[in-house]
Amino acid sequence: MSRNWAYLSNYLVYSSMALYALSFIAHAFETAWAVRVTTEDSKKNIDYKRTEKVARVATAMMILGFVLLFAGVVARGVSASRVPWGNMYEFSITGALAFSGAYLIALRKHDLRWLGLLVSIAVLLTLGTAVAVLYRPSAPLVPALKSTWLVIHVSTAIISGGVFLLANAIAAAYLYLDAMESRGERTAWAKRLPSLEALDQLSYRLVAFVFPLWTFSVIAGAIWAESAWGRYWGWDPKETWAFITWVAYAAYLHARVTVGWRGRKAAWLCLFAGSTFLFNYVYVNIWGTGKHTYSGL
Amino acid sequence: MSQEIQVPELGSVGLLRYGWRQLTSMRTALILLLLLGVASIPGSLIPQRTQNPIKVGEYFKNSPELSTWMDRFSLFDVYGSPWFSAIYILLFISLIGCVLPRTFEHFHAARALPPATPKNLDRMEHHSSWSAKGDELDKARAWFKSKRFRVLEKDGSISAEKGFIRESGNLFFHLALILVLLGISFSSLFGMRGMAILNVGERFVNTTTSYDSLQYGKLFGEKNLPDFAITIDKFTAKYNIVTSAPEDYTLNVNFAEGDLKQSELRTIKVNSPLKLGNTNVYLQANGYSPVVTVRDSKGNVAMQGPVPFLPQDSNLRSIGAIKVPDADPQIGFVGSFVPTYARSGADGAVSVFPEALDPRLLLSAWIGDLGLDSGVPQSVYRMDTSKMSQVGLKSLKPGETFTYPQGSITFEGYLQWVNIEIVKDPGKNYALLGGIVAILGLLASLFTRRRRIWIRVGKSVEVAGLAKNDAPGLDVEMADFIAKLKGGK
Repeated sequence: MSRNWAYLSNYLVYSSMALYALSFIAHAFETAWAVRVTTEDSKKNIDYKRTEKVARVATAMMILGFVLLFAGVVARGVSASRVPWGNMYEFSITGALAFSGAYLIALRKHDLRWLGLLVSIAVLLTLGTAVAVLYRPSAPLVPALKSTWLVIHVSTAIISGGVFLLANAIAAAYLYLDAMESRGERTAWAKRLPSLEALDQLSYRLVAFVFPLWTFSVIAGAIWAESAWGRYWGWDPKETWAFITWVAYAAYLHARVTVGWRGRKAAWLCLFAGSTFLFNYVYVNIWGTGKHTYSGL
Repeated sequence: MSQEIQVPELGSVGLLRYGWRQLTSMRTALILLLLLGVASIPGSLIPQRTQNPIKVGEYFKNSPELSTWMDRFSLFDVYGSPWFSAIYILLFISLIGCVLPRTFEHFHAARALPPATPKNLDRMEHHSSWSAKGDELDKARAWFKSKRFRVLEKDGSISAEKGFIRESGNLFFHLALILVLLGISFSSLFGMRGMAILNVGERFVNTTTSYDSLQYGKLFGEKNLPDFAITIDKFTAKYNIVTSAPEDYTLNVNFAEGDLKQSELRTIKVNSPLKLGNTNVYLQANGYSPVVTVRDSKGNVAMQGPVPFLPQDSNLRSIGAIKVPDADPQIGFVGSFVPTYARSGADGAVSVFPEALDPRLLLSAWIGDLGLDSGVPQSVYRMDTSKMSQVGLKSLKPGETFTYPQGSITFEGYLQWVNIEIVKDPGKNYALLGGIVAILGLLASLFTRRRRIWIRVGKSVEVAGLAKNDAPGLDVEMADFIAKLKGGK
């Protein structure tokens, strides 16, 4: 019974990968073909109508992929009768879900379709690594993880991570376009991307939105650690890096709101803060020591 | 003619004031904040004494020179080091210096009325005007009241302001961080933390001598140890049959408080410690203690009882040392306990499951000087055999006896041991309260905005608005306001 659910989960994750791959191809097609070289003055002009349908397909594939991945994550949880956050394979598929979910939600309000190329390939790579390297059979939780706080602490950490990484992608796009603009004009395909100011504002708003959630996640982790390990804070490597991420984003928010940093400096700081999160996830989980060794590797 | 440049005298007071202003400036705070983040990094990459003293020991063994130098910079105690403390203490002083004046300022501002309506509203943002019908001021008054704006009415105009909660939230957030720090300091001064290894059946009375290791704060007295006793009734561990991964640990204890006359049954699990005020009793680790009887050549019992062994892998193959210093000559056994025995070509005896389904005790017996009187502290799990000679090797099932020329050892059976940790943390509730207030403050400061709206009614109606920090959303609010003014009753 539980094994069937685990198999179902695997099929769903594989199928979602196929859809993210299709979404990536459609996004790539759109990015490449939206630009047409007109013969008269051989100047590049942009004609989105040519690729509008492809772009819609790309987003639709991503939504379908998201739905299947969501079902896959749920089935994985059902297979072990618990929340699906017990090892690094499960963290990774849920993290990919959170990242593409954050993108799709942000897409409803903001013109972010240009970012779909990056999001779909990032999700695809994450899922690929998860399936090929991190996969572990579905199993019950070790005693330390058997707590309601697992649901609260890990879900908020994963959602925060998804939004942080989205803010990171936008900050990276900012720096790329900023460099392009300082050399001259934007290239034809880049003209459709939002203004630098809009990107700057968007990545700030994503961080400001999710920073309280991250704070909550760290505090929830501390409460849990108090009941599981006998101390709420012990400078365990994972805790330390969670703290560094918190400090870095706190610095980013202060720099923007109080000191008035905008643009390039703020984008670099945002990238730095996001990379501390990524480092925590990859390095500390796989090579680090300490009490947060649940990767199952 | 050369003119001497006059350098204004700062004086000591001026210098102090200058330093204070520098320290409490936002730029300094920001640098200190980033510095705090960077300073936390080495402690996550280099082993720390508080977490992994064994690894620190290895560092000293492998490269003593380098380690000594690293130790001089407290790199094995980063989070208690003078330089780390200096950063966060400076940061908090800077924070207090910044937040306290702002708190007073905000307190006054929150009680003051909004400033009067500016003369030229058409220069403000969100300005619009239309010809008046006459009831606009009443409607505006009602609207402002329903939206809980603070208003100042004067000469046919209303100046309204809202959103003080933003700064309140901001201040509460920062004050709450101070509370967290106070909670942590309070715990480290008045708290305690100790460990004890107990075999099933043993009784622990909460006095300093009962602990295997005990640390307490500078202001913690021994008399602050709460009076209680714990008897270990039963320890149950459940393991996954396929992966050997633990699925559940349950510790049943007999718990007596105060004068220890009355006792009650309590259960301790990994995620639910036994709570007694702000003292908690945690179940931290467990393992096996082989029970042995050592006899001399005449058959007299030289030692009898359980000896805790230290688990080495997930199937609980455990190692330990049985030392009999009272025998003459001294005798000791280097042992390995496997709960479920199997033979493996490469490793010899291995354990294939963590439950004791087919336990074995593998012993090598040594005669000579145990080295316990040398003054050098020894691990209870290891034995220094440098001044000893081996007299035999044997694998025992429960009940079996190994006889060697100087005596014998009987493997009677085994007991489980548990490692309990007792922690008194009197500051944790303050830290938690600080954390909760910090989040609420953060939410208020990030999701509210301060703005002013003005209306002046003469022949025409003029409205305008201004949002602090260009916060978004005022356009929607202004549209709603204007719709209310233009709409009917």
